[in-house]
Amino acid sequence: MAYSDKVIDHYQHPKNVGTLDKSKKNVGTGLVGAPECGDVMRLQIEVDDASGMITDAKFKTFGCGSAIASSSLATEWLKGKTVDQALTIDNMDIVEELSLPPVKIHCSVLAEDAIKSAINDYREKNGLEKLAFEESVVH
Amino acid sequence: MLKLPVYLDNNATTPMDTRVLEAMMPYFTEHFGNAASRNHPFGWQAEEAVDYAREQVARLIGADPKEIIFTSGATEADNLALKGVYEMYASRGNHIITANTEHKAVLDTCKHIEKLGGEVTYLDVKENGLIDLKELEAAMKPTTILVAIMYANNEIGVIQPVKEISAIAKKHGALFFTDATQAVGKVPVDVQKDGIDLAAFTAHKMYGPKGVGALYVRRKNPRVKVTAQIDGGGHERAMRSGTLNVPGIVGFGKACELCQLEMTEETERISTLRDKLETDLLQLEEAYVNGSTEHRLPHVSNISFKYVEGEGLLMGFNKNIAVSSGSACTSASLEPSYVLKALGLGDDLAHSSLRFGLGRFTTEEQIDYVIEHVRSTVLRLREMSPLWEMWKDGVDLESVEWAAH
Repeated sequence: MAYSDKVIDHYQHPKNVGTLDKSKKNVGTGLVGAPECGDVMRLQIEVDDASGMITDAKFKTFGCGSAIASSSLATEWLKGKTVDQALTIDNMDIVEELSLPPVKIHCSVLAEDAIKSAINDYREKNGLEKLAFEESVVH
Repeated sequence: MLKLPVYLDNNATTPMDTRVLEAMMPYFTEHFGNAASRNHPFGWQAEEAVDYAREQVARLIGADPKEIIFTSGATEADNLALKGVYEMYASRGNHIITANTEHKAVLDTCKHIEKLGGEVTYLDVKENGLIDLKELEAAMKPTTILVAIMYANNEIGVIQPVKEISAIAKKHGALFFTDATQAVGKVPVDVQKDGIDLAAFTAHKMYGPKGVGALYVRRKNPRVKVTAQIDGGGHERAMRSGTLNVPGIVGFGKACELCQLEMTEETERISTLRDKLETDLLQLEEAYVNGSTEHRLPHVSNISFKYVEGEGLLMGFNKNIAVSSGSACTSASLEPSYVLKALGLGDDLAHSSLRFGLGRFTTEEQIDYVIEHVRSTVLRLREMSPLWEMWKDGVDLESVEWAAH
């Protein structure tokens, strides 16, 4: 199956691969997916407490090229956004940007889930209520 | 100079040997006759060519030429064997025994037979991919008409204990059918020594053309018959009607002849390369061979690289290296290989597998290239795998509560 140039570029030159110190209070970690499903994404954000701005984002992904590309793209989009702005990232934006075919839409859903999960982890650590999200549609 | 891409997917199909193509060429244009045309030289020539090919095919598996029924390929031969025996022997029973690691051409045909009222037992396999003979013995019933177990598996290459299986079938008065698609031409298959009653195989897995295969149907001790699944002019002893694919059959014959002549030498050469590939790749941490390494085809290696996903891995080199993966991330179901799962592999390991299928035209230079690129891609992807990091940190991945998807 043919991958789009953008997927290939993210796969070959992934942005922001790495690990943030999850013990830090201003770091939120989202770990979504499952090894049995062939996709696991870990996405982390580091938030500047004063401004609510995401100053750094890192990922590690076990999965196909589209899953790697989706998470790589997500970290790029997260940096420089506030936490509230980050919540507006929709999986379909990722689908569009990476030209993912229908069978790979779940990769973008996983990336969106990872973002939300990281934000909730950050909120919880900072005494904020967890946000309730609708169940992902795909899977 | 190494020519890219490197083809290591010879279990899917093989390139055609140019010697096979040469043998076929005249039968497209000059000798185009219909082998069933009995009353002119065009027909005679075609018939003669088919007869010769039938001998070449039969010789490779120790059969009599009359026992070879040409088909469009192994899938059709599998269908003919299973449905044909089910119909022909309906008065004796309706029970078929097979294994859950069979090719879909067998499994789906068995499902079809179940819908028709047949009873099918699907044997599990052991961790090494082989069936348990005791389980087979226990599954035999008075109504069992057929035992259908593949000779060698397409994904992991393990070779079933065919002689023992056929003996059990015989003891209970059932026929033994084997899908020998991956084995014929690669390892010595002998219908007499192996006690095979029916065997399906195809030309394009042994350097012959696509679109032609055969079903071996035993004629003596016992005389086996199958009900035709394609009706028409009564070709192939009325078991498979349809104008014979003369050039394809000629190519099939030539391919069989070449396999027979070169098997010993070729096996030696290819298995040495396969072993080199496997030994070198297994030096990576957390890399495992799937299935028996003892009872296995000489050209196949199926390896799981834990903590990297197969399709992601393929993407790292599939422009330059053609292999296949047990991960089925592209399919709608997202289900990994049912064969690997049947070995008891967790979904995670099944998702992390690659199948290397070497062949006649594989060179050492290619193997060196593959080792280098697969290794570097595994290492690179592990650096970005959260599972690899967790494992390195000593996290028990089994104990993690994964967000359900």
